[in-house]
Amino acid sequence: MANGEPGAAVGGKVDDKSVEIFLGKLLRWGVLLAALVVFVGGVWFLMESHDVAQNYKTFRGEPAELRSVPEIVRQAIELRPLGVIQFGLLLLIATPLARVLFSVLGFGLERDWMYVVITLLVLALLVYTLASSSTT
Amino acid sequence: MNALEFTLVVALGSFLAGMLGSLTGLGGGVVIVPLLTLVFGVDIRYAIGASLVSVIATSSGAAAAYLREGYSNMRVGMFLEIATTVGAISGAFLAGYLHTSIIAIVFGVVLLYSAYASTHTLNNPPEGIAADRIATMLRLDGSYPTADGFKSYHVRHVPLGFGLMYVAGVLSGLLGIGSGAVKVLAMDQAMKIPFKVSTTTSNFMIGVTAAASAGIYLRRGYIDPGLAMPVMLGVLAGALVGAKILPGAKVRTLRIVFGVVIAALAVEMIYQGLRGKM
Repeated sequence: MANGEPGAAVGGKVDDKSVEIFLGKLLRWGVLLAALVVFVGGVWFLMESHDVAQNYKTFRGEPAELRSVPEIVRQAIELRPLGVIQFGLLLLIATPLARVLFSVLGFGLERDWMYVVITLLVLALLVYTLASSSTT
Repeated sequence: MNALEFTLVVALGSFLAGMLGSLTGLGGGVVIVPLLTLVFGVDIRYAIGASLVSVIATSSGAAAAYLREGYSNMRVGMFLEIATTVGAISGAFLAGYLHTSIIAIVFGVVLLYSAYASTHTLNNPPEGIAADRIATMLRLDGSYPTADGFKSYHVRHVPLGFGLMYVAGVLSGLLGIGSGAVKVLAMDQAMKIPFKVSTTTSNFMIGVTAAASAGIYLRRGYIDPGLAMPVMLGVLAGALVGAKILPGAKVRTLRIVFGVVIAALAVEMIYQGLRGKM
């Protein structure tokens, strides 16, 4: 690795660059997996209800079983098509979360504790949004 | 239209949006909401939910290509991410209380700014910028590869950049967009970060910000699987194809065409919002 590589100034065995390349691959696979799950759920949904008229003009909001993480997982396990799509979307929302999580480890390996704390704060905010009670 | 026809037409529209967004560097999310609301008559809340999902897909999908280039500054990104996630949470909560017509008008105004910004290429900040006390304390300064080896840079005006990032987060949570234009403005103009570093760092931040908003939209029931499915798959496929044909594309002409399309959609959004039809 050349001198002056980003992050080299902090002085650690693991530099930012190798962590970032790993993260980039992780994200790409995460997105492809999510897209595959959404696609399978989508094809299934259309096979079952392709001639149903859809109405997105009036807002009704999704039913409770397609809103919370545990409910979506349960719907997906029961192999309901819409639940499978929603689970794929959940996987997609989780990809930036995984990136933040691995950044905590990356900064930890570099012994950059200030940024471990900053990254944990961002992670906590993300988890809060998915876990907070819904207010319509 | 039945569900199958609707899905296919929305997927095709999203594919084109994703391809244009990737070719011009503006992102597909910015036209998804006008496309769904103005063309397909979708309620703006469903449209924003679906748009957020597509923003995450393009951001995470493009990350590998960006990260390999080694330009992004993870410390700047993570530190500013505090501002954008708190902003996104505020914006998403605000979206639950504001009338949809007001959201449409704000959307139109932000869209007009994006169209304006797309026609103005930003220049790298001047050389020899002095170190900043807060930036030094937060270890934000970095270096990036150029033709003549690694070049180091100093980050300036951290509080202003942080404040602008909060605004970018609010807009992202309220409108379901990546707010890339505002993020690059904050990092380029305010914090004096070199263009290549700010765009790649911004790509990372867009995904995290959109995920914060998407979490709240999902809990609120604004993310409909039947609608988000064709939008996400279409935009993602479009972005991948766009990235493939980018080297041979006439980017300058495309930017102007896309800029005009965006401006027209923006005016229509504002008009419909003022009429109270959104």
